[in-house]
Amino acid sequence: MADPAAKNAVTPSLSVAWAIQRRVIWALILREILTRYGRHNIGFLWLFAEPMLFTLGVTAIWTAAKAVHGSNLPIVAFAITGYSSVLLWRNMPSRCVGAIAPNLGLLYHRNVRPFDIYVARLILEAAGAGMSFVFLVLFFHFIGLLDLPEDVLQVAAGWLMIAWFGMGLALFVGALSQFSETVEKLWHPTAYLLFPLSGAAFLVDALPLEAQRYVLLLPMVHGVEFLREGYFGSQVTAHYDIGYMAAWNTLLTLLGLAQTRKLSMTVVPE
Amino acid sequence: MIHLAGVNKVYPTHSGPVHVLRNVDLTVKSGERIGILGRNGAGKSTLIRLVSGAELPTSGLIERDMSVSWPLAFGGAFQGSLTGLDNLRFICRIYGVEAEDKIPFVKEFSELGIYLREPVKTYSSGMRARLAFAISMVIEFDCFLIDEIIAVGDARFHEKCNHELFVKRGDRAMIIVSHNARYIREHCSRAAVLARGELHLAQSLDEAFSFYERETALAA
Repeated sequence: MADPAAKNAVTPSLSVAWAIQRRVIWALILREILTRYGRHNIGFLWLFAEPMLFTLGVTAIWTAAKAVHGSNLPIVAFAITGYSSVLLWRNMPSRCVGAIAPNLGLLYHRNVRPFDIYVARLILEAAGAGMSFVFLVLFFHFIGLLDLPEDVLQVAAGWLMIAWFGMGLALFVGALSQFSETVEKLWHPTAYLLFPLSGAAFLVDALPLEAQRYVLLLPMVHGVEFLREGYFGSQVTAHYDIGYMAAWNTLLTLLGLAQTRKLSMTVVPE
Repeated sequence: MIHLAGVNKVYPTHSGPVHVLRNVDLTVKSGERIGILGRNGAGKSTLIRLVSGAELPTSGLIERDMSVSWPLAFGGAFQGSLTGLDNLRFICRIYGVEAEDKIPFVKEFSELGIYLREPVKTYSSGMRARLAFAISMVIEFDCFLIDEIIAVGDARFHEKCNHELFVKRGDRAMIIVSHNARYIREHCSRAAVLARGELHLAQSLDEAFSFYERETALAA
């Protein structure tokens, strides 16, 4: 039989399965970029231009309002580290909620599974938020409004923890939303209400002790605090427990994978 | 070979579970063309989706040791805001095939010309169907799954499709589901009838057709 046909054989070895997974996810990423941003004007640059505009807007508003955030940190530095973190964990679930319904037709191709559709979107969101963060830091550093991070590795680690949190949450909420429309309805207000509590707009240290206890129940607060400690070092007193956050992340990831698997077993292509 | 053993499919509905397929057994050997007859709603499309692997059975075993196509004649999975060319490239990437070599064939076969570079949402349903068929012929499989008659475009284009599928790919296995007995007779060497969720394998084409006629008369 023709060689290309053999390549599409059905029970592939692990390495072949990995190769298929990679090319499917890559194809979905390219498709997503084209459908979301098109070929017009700056095209795929919107991927990070959009989060950059958000962060810039928030930075401008906070600066103008001389927002009280309970520290001596420059407001620009505060806004960029904070709002970039919010975009990171909040946009991933938002992109995964209801992601399968418009793509049901794709599932006619056996190798395209709901998991691949989610992963493609997660990679895009993480890349967009990450590039936006890096460019903004470099830009504000260049114009003299922002110092570079004291510990780049810790910033990267904090960023990865927040990204992991976002991915676990996205898989879980995304797959759940396929079973119940209520999840989609509830996600948006939840995400909106979590924003002011997420540690983006305050330092935990500036809160009353009682409030600290409650706010530190939220896993993403630990990631933001850890990232800020990496960025500002001795200028801040950070409160975090990375083990606690990792436990949350693991739990969300497992729940997300289980829910996605359940979805894969029952989903009916268009 | 494709082998189905004791395959069941149950869909949950608001009125309770619906048993769409019951204990379906089927074996398709390499190069064999089997037709599956069934009235509307008999579960033909569900069966073909299960065979393709796009959907999983509620219980039972499905084995494939040859490559199996997606259900052809299905015009969907096109992203309307993308061009015909983008959609071709997407399918090629998924199956690991170089798209650039395939463009001339798709352009020529689909007769879309310059419209290949336009968004699919601007296509007529005929143009969409022609693109879908052309793209289906770009990836090679050992077994093609054909859902309903590929009634694409005018008679001449229909003829072109038949030639591409049944003559040029005459050595491949095919599973064709249809409610049209004539179409099955024309293209298949073996037939089965899907009725009330059960698949009845017939000894001959004629036996299948008379069974199907009785079923249809019974239902009428």
